[in-house]
Amino acid sequence: MIKIWSMKKNEDAASKKKPKTSAAQIRVQKDLTELDLPSTMQTHFPDPADLLNFTLTITPDEGMYKGGAFTFSFAINTNYPHDPPKVKCTQTIYHPNVDLEGNVCLNILREDWKPVLNLNSVMVGLQYLFLEPNADDPLNKEAALEMSKNRDQFLNNVRNSMRGGNIKGVQYDSVIVR
Amino acid sequence: MASQENGTSASADWPGRYHHIDQVLNTPGPRTDPGFLAGDGVKDFLRNQAKILVIGAGGLGCEILANLALTGFKDIHVIDMDTIDISNLNRQFLFRQKDVGYPKATVAAEFIMKRVPGVKVTPYFGKIQDKDDEYYMQFNLVICGLDSVEARRWMNATLVNLVDPENPDSLKPMIDGGTEGFKGQARVILPTITSCYECSLDMFNKPTAFPICTIANTPRLPEHCIEWASVLEWPRVHGEKKMDTDDPEHIGWLYKIASARAAEFNIEGVTWSLTQGVVKNIIPAIASTNAVIAAACCNEAFKIATSSAAFLDNYFMLIGTDGVYSYTFTHKKRDDCPVCGGEALEMTISPEMTVEELIETLTEKQDIQIKKPSLSTSAPTKQIYLQAPPQLEKATRPNLEKKVKEFVQEGGEITVTASTLPFNLSLRISYSTPA
Repeated sequence: MIKIWSMKKNEDAASKKKPKTSAAQIRVQKDLTELDLPSTMQTHFPDPADLLNFTLTITPDEGMYKGGAFTFSFAINTNYPHDPPKVKCTQTIYHPNVDLEGNVCLNILREDWKPVLNLNSVMVGLQYLFLEPNADDPLNKEAALEMSKNRDQFLNNVRNSMRGGNIKGVQYDSVIVR
Repeated sequence: MASQENGTSASADWPGRYHHIDQVLNTPGPRTDPGFLAGDGVKDFLRNQAKILVIGAGGLGCEILANLALTGFKDIHVIDMDTIDISNLNRQFLFRQKDVGYPKATVAAEFIMKRVPGVKVTPYFGKIQDKDDEYYMQFNLVICGLDSVEARRWMNATLVNLVDPENPDSLKPMIDGGTEGFKGQARVILPTITSCYECSLDMFNKPTAFPICTIANTPRLPEHCIEWASVLEWPRVHGEKKMDTDDPEHIGWLYKIASARAAEFNIEGVTWSLTQGVVKNIIPAIASTNAVIAAACCNEAFKIATSSAAFLDNYFMLIGTDGVYSYTFTHKKRDDCPVCGGEALEMTISPEMTVEELIETLTEKQDIQIKKPSLSTSAPTKQIYLQAPPQLEKATRPNLEKKVKEFVQEGGEITVTASTLPFNLSLRISYSTPA
């Protein structure tokens, strides 16, 4: 058998012994404690002992979604950061990039996810969707169509939906901040 | 020379059995490791003492098991959690039609033992996670022929964690093989010494993911329709009920939904097997790629076990998609690797010390320069004090007053993260005996 141990002895770090915490857990602890969020974003942990499941509430202070509070659930699995966090909107909202089931179209949540990205990048990406909705990548086709065809009507619909209105037979959740 | 305790007859080693391999073991070559001692000692180690663990008895695993047995390893263990499927039979040559439905590990072990006299293969039908450190400690070497990143990460972290600075035997070389169509890789990981699996995590491609908006609006490929069925329609229709990709009924439902979607958009090519392939993320397996990679892995195992030749340092990749191209390089260890990187520190503190005092001590330490450390313990994972986000800071704040002793036992570890640390620091705590 090769003398690996002698190779080790030559190393400075000979006395290293690592903890049993999973890499995913450490990484999440690091990501969370280093979040640099503006006052428009807030995390909430239903169980503070569970760092892998929490919600993020975005309250945009500008743009067409100003005045609303939008909540997303985050579920992180043990294969993080190889796998991206699973993010869903918990409310029914009128947004070109969010469908009625809460699925979100954000490239870094799927096809462009990389382990070098972190929770902060995802959260900032989500907030960006409210500042600059993107009609070219629609998940809610009705909303996207309205946005590109008739912007005034779209803005009306956004405001109406945020108050819990009904648009083309779809009942939206009221998301107005009290 | 035959091993009696293998439970096989002494006649297992017939004259000339190892004639070819012994050419390598009888005399050193010009580039042989200086530590190599030719002759009976090394043969005895290989054939009677070395204990090797094979993870996975699938495409790579079958090749690995056969190669090891034929190179002279005689005490082989194999773990696999799967049972044999009919689609395995084209390349997993230790299995026959009658074996379909039986555990891969058990059938593979029996086949090898029957075919190669004197070799003992001990199967375990189950998950690698079922086994504890004590189990993994018994081996000299570990070879992985796995198909998932998750299992590799677990195995890698377990072997890195096993390394005990006081015990040379705790360092188990890990040889990892992997294939994907015509591409493959073989690597040698010396836990805590060379780059580990986790160090290289960011170079891997994620399994192909399609933009969710494409799936929802502009499907062009049969895969888009299948993803639509599994990612969007399944949760919408079935709610919380989890999809089981091994359940034919579930695959059948997805196939039906995807086919309807494909018909709507005039897309051809949605089939049952493509549906299964997409949702289970099955990558076409090519028997000959498996053979190349398994052979490379087993040669490394042989060289490491015998010191008879220089071994791979440390990453070999094979790209057969565009001619035959291969590249071997030294993948660098990452200082900020969450598994093998980071710093470890021994600390002796008073049993009376509070968490707050510990944090103060840490921030005052000149040599590590930590600002705002967050602390947690492992096994089970528990937060001691987190600096942020505000809610967690508040929830863990009462712990500042508590004694460190309430969270960690003598010899226990605390994981420290902080923005000023590249990754993390682990503290091993001992308590000074009160006067």
